[in-house]
Amino acid sequence: MTDCNAPNPTPHEDHRRTFFARLTLFLSGLIGLAIAVPGLSFILAPVFGKKPRKWRAVGKLESFKLGETVLVEFEDPSPEPWAGVTARTGAWLRRVSDNEFIAFSINCRHLGCPVRWIADAKLFMCPCHGGVYYENGTVAGGPPPKPLHRYSVRVRGEQVEIETGPVPLTTTPV
Amino acid sequence: MFVKKLKNIWRSFDDRAGFSDYVVPLLTHVVPRDARWWYVFGSATLTAFIVQVLTGICLAMSYVPGGDEAYESLKYITEQAPFGNLLRGMHYYGASAMIMLAVIHLVQVYLHATYKYPRELNWMSGVVLLFVVLGMGFTGQLLRWDANGVWSVVVGAEMAGRAPIVGPQIAHFILGGDTVGGSTLSRFFVMHVFIVPGVIFAGIALHLLLLLRHGVSEMPNPEQPVDPATYKQDYEERLSRTGVSFWPHAIWRDAVFSAFVVAIIVGCALLIGPPALTSSPDPSSIQANPMPDWYFWWYFATLSLLPPGLETWVILGLPVVAFLTLFCLPLISNKGDRAPSKRPWALGVVIAAFTAFVVLTIYAYYEPWSPDFGVPPLPAKIVGAESGPIAEGAALVHSKGCLYCHDIDGYGGHRGPELSKIGRLLTRDDLIIRINNGGYNMPAFAGTITSAELDLIVGFLETRRGS
Repeated sequence: MTDCNAPNPTPHEDHRRTFFARLTLFLSGLIGLAIAVPGLSFILAPVFGKKPRKWRAVGKLESFKLGETVLVEFEDPSPEPWAGVTARTGAWLRRVSDNEFIAFSINCRHLGCPVRWIADAKLFMCPCHGGVYYENGTVAGGPPPKPLHRYSVRVRGEQVEIETGPVPLTTTPV
Repeated sequence: MFVKKLKNIWRSFDDRAGFSDYVVPLLTHVVPRDARWWYVFGSATLTAFIVQVLTGICLAMSYVPGGDEAYESLKYITEQAPFGNLLRGMHYYGASAMIMLAVIHLVQVYLHATYKYPRELNWMSGVVLLFVVLGMGFTGQLLRWDANGVWSVVVGAEMAGRAPIVGPQIAHFILGGDTVGGSTLSRFFVMHVFIVPGVIFAGIALHLLLLLRHGVSEMPNPEQPVDPATYKQDYEERLSRTGVSFWPHAIWRDAVFSAFVVAIIVGCALLIGPPALTSSPDPSSIQANPMPDWYFWWYFATLSLLPPGLETWVILGLPVVAFLTLFCLPLISNKGDRAPSKRPWALGVVIAAFTAFVVLTIYAYYEPWSPDFGVPPLPAKIVGAESGPIAEGAALVHSKGCLYCHDIDGYGGHRGPELSKIGRLLTRDDLIIRINNGGYNMPAFAGTITSAELDLIVGFLETRRGS
């Protein structure tokens, strides 16, 4: 038997050492990949998977008065069964004519806080950093860089429907 | 006879386990004798961490990290579970204590320049730990999954979304999709309970190993600047002359201070209790004004003070720059004087940072940038009329939202200028122009109020002349 720890290994022994070292590193890498590939794919899936959009009924046509802006609630397009109340989203819905509606996202374009409609002043106001929007959603004051996001609305028979969408993000163009 | 037998059993166990060989030398390592009470903050941070781990494990036995059930389980823990209220309180005040102590520990090490040779890595591992602990604070606040929690996630995702190129991807990673939903909370739960604590355990192990490797530093001595060429030798030599065993000559002070910290944590939990839950985590509810816990208020206030053009850079850049500055400090200066008397600028930096923290925190407490949605109508005593055009004007100033941002004799928000004496400062024409056209941060009201209403409002404002 040769001495594996001899200070001056034979070329043959040297080769064995290198081989074992490389084999160990290679197999360790393989083990790592076997865990990391499915694991990372699992946790990153929500980043790349596009959720389908859906039309959600938010109320009967006759329940919305002309010119009035009201808060409506609807559910995400494909809520997890355990999501419960967190699957809900809100929107400010205004009837502008018999068959025409505007739906604003409740998310302020500054940092996403929920804006409130102040009916008498005809303004949307954000509690977080004081963003203010006019009734058409354009910025009236404060830090928001963009007008309120709008959802698509349609009238199907007697039902008013809103098309679901992602939380509007204010991105930085490069 | 019996005692002898026990001793024999211990001896053979110790031979197998290695307690005397490995643990005893750690406990009895020689430390400088002159530090006295200066060095208790690091061990107290560790004690606070132990409180967090143990109370956190207990809370996790009842907490359900599910989109819908989390709120109910929090209510159960707070209102029904025996000792649940106390444990939630301990976890909350333990978090505050841990963050405070970690910062105090950092300030002490900075003032004494202990980050210099050979303890650069001690400092750098500590800076990483501090930021990871702040991450613990942020993720922990969200596990308090009420309206404030759910909207804080939205704000966090929006901030991340500002990052160039990868922003939306990070935001959707945080949310676990493109909206808040069932997956959102479980992601934060995993961060708070598995990933970040794992990093903290590893970081503490490294931090303590490095402490033992380089020894506890002496109190800074103006006569002994750090010279890497001779430091280790001099340190060993001085320590062998004057050092004492850590156990029990130094550790008793750590124990006393840690007991004091735990007493405060338990005391606050018993007397003040955990923070109340707000309404349910419903992303369609608009009655929310998300606010972080107190130790992030300074950052919250900073964001409200920035001009929009700078905002994205500060939101994303400030944490990165702060981290890099602290982390790289020993690379910039790792030798020379340690004594605060020879480093007056170090004291200046600490005082400036502390002052900024206090001022911004107080500013955030008052939230002057936030509209005062709950302001009541002006009482007749302030209006000066029970009926007639002045009273009607005052009613309009309330209903049209003027008071949300403008204060009149203590009623109203502080986003815009106070109007208590506006009748003396602006003419009737100026008032009409301002209200119609708006101005810096003020909406234009020309399209939303009638000329009759404008007359009444201006008429009322003209009577505001102070006392």
